[in-house]
Amino acid sequence: MSSDTVAIKIDNVSKKFTLQYHRTLKQVAVAAAKGHKVRDTFLALDDVSFEVKQGEAIGLMGLNGSGKSTLLKLVQGVMRPDSGTVRTRGRIAGLIATGAGFHPQLSGRENIYLNAAVFGMSEAETRRKLDSIIDFADIGKHIDSEVGHYSSGMGARLGFAIAIHVDSDIFLADEVLAVGDKPFRQKCMAKIDEIRTSGRTLFYVSHSAASVARMCDRVIVLENGRMGFDGEPEAGIKYLHYDDGDDDPGNDESAMGADI
Amino acid sequence: MTPDYASLPLVDPAGESGLVAVARKRYLLRLLVGRELNARYSGSFLGLLWSYFNPLTQLFIYWFVMGKVMGLGHRTEHFAIHVFVGLIGVHFFNETFNASTRSIVRNKAFVKKMALPLEMFPVSSVVVSLFNSAPAVLILSVVCLFAGWTPDWVGMASFLLAVAIMITVATGFGLIFSVANVLFRDIGQLVGILTNFVRFSVPMMYPFSKIAENFPNHIDTYLANPLANVILLMQRAFWVGTTSDPETVLHEDFPHHLMEHGLIALATGLVILVIGQVVFSQLVNKVPERV
Repeated sequence: MSSDTVAIKIDNVSKKFTLQYHRTLKQVAVAAAKGHKVRDTFLALDDVSFEVKQGEAIGLMGLNGSGKSTLLKLVQGVMRPDSGTVRTRGRIAGLIATGAGFHPQLSGRENIYLNAAVFGMSEAETRRKLDSIIDFADIGKHIDSEVGHYSSGMGARLGFAIAIHVDSDIFLADEVLAVGDKPFRQKCMAKIDEIRTSGRTLFYVSHSAASVARMCDRVIVLENGRMGFDGEPEAGIKYLHYDDGDDDPGNDESAMGADI
Repeated sequence: MTPDYASLPLVDPAGESGLVAVARKRYLLRLLVGRELNARYSGSFLGLLWSYFNPLTQLFIYWFVMGKVMGLGHRTEHFAIHVFVGLIGVHFFNETFNASTRSIVRNKAFVKKMALPLEMFPVSSVVVSLFNSAPAVLILSVVCLFAGWTPDWVGMASFLLAVAIMITVATGFGLIFSVANVLFRDIGQLVGILTNFVRFSVPMMYPFSKIAENFPNHIDTYLANPLANVILLMQRAFWVGTTSDPETVLHEDFPHHLMEHGLIALATGLVILVIGQVVFSQLVNKVPERV
């Protein structure tokens, strides 16, 4: 389904985080006097480069702390790299962690407008799709109560419902699918399949070997912020040793994807 | 899926930033401002009426305590109006300064997960404060009309100039302090202290003539503060018209070349705004990971 058009281009991207061990003046002074480190940095991403073609379904895998979320945030544009460049083509939508930036004091309905606006939807477009979004989220009368009172599942449902209604060219997905109940997850998987077959680019972060094998046609494995593997899903899963045993591909639960 | 996908350019997903980007995303700004305004009075029975009670009671307190109890009203005509004019300006600035400083930290959930120009948050604080100040200006106008004020063109121009200075200064400081507050949480405390000075650095509790009288050599220093100019211009717009002898008042309680000073203050405000934008752009990359 992929074409020759580049959808995402990552060139020598590095991202460094600063760890601050001590926050107050007193703590810093004590640590300095004892000769302890006051701060430290670590490279969340270290010189990562790759290209994604339009229509490809990429599975991004790796152990906890390997830089998957950071990379996703760079592609979404929430963060900027310290060095290197990230370039994307077209509109991006998707969810990074559950509840995608909701305002707790606003109702679900108001949050739809706000969230959609951040994704670049106009007022008219949002109004046109409002019913469909509320339908998909299927959280009943809670749509008019404060998002702060939502359960994590309800927040994820609403967030996902908004994200899939954006006419995006690149779709990012991560742990969202792990939070919803089974019928909702099935609905999401059907929707993601639809996105995949419509020629949109999919960027999927997951620990579930089964769901990656089912959905993606290419796997990238990150190891301590570096590219460890880039290629066929099956080989990638083998590379990560996620293929031995306890992750049963026939099991519907694991096929839905776990959180990152 | 966008038709004609291949013809779209490859762009930075973080998108454009800066005040220009905020101006381009007015719809999003409107939603953020609306959110703040709704949240403020939501759940309260009297709702928006509260925004009128607050300035009205303040006006009464200043009129009674400072005018009647302390007897400051004898030398300055319509002293309560003089104080109220200053109070509106000072209150606007302090509210904006406090709110914009905390704006990014308060919107953590958003900043960490959504890609939008972060200037959006301090700017929306400024716009919210403008809306919140409107009732007080309305009350002031009514009170002044009762006190014999007739609006004049120079006064209106002074008021608009004052608003323009205020917006540039408040936005500039808002940009610097909002991003600084993410990196050093102590900034929030510092802002609280700074705002204490604002009230006394402008001709509100005292007329400008007191400065001219006691510090004749430091008038230029006093007028270097853009906020002092803002309040003077607002006094010119409202208070002067309520006095019995505006000519004398203009001569005694205002600096010469008021408008020229105002324009210089506007230039100062623009410089602060540019500095604010530069500082913001320098530090903003660290915000999503530190907030």
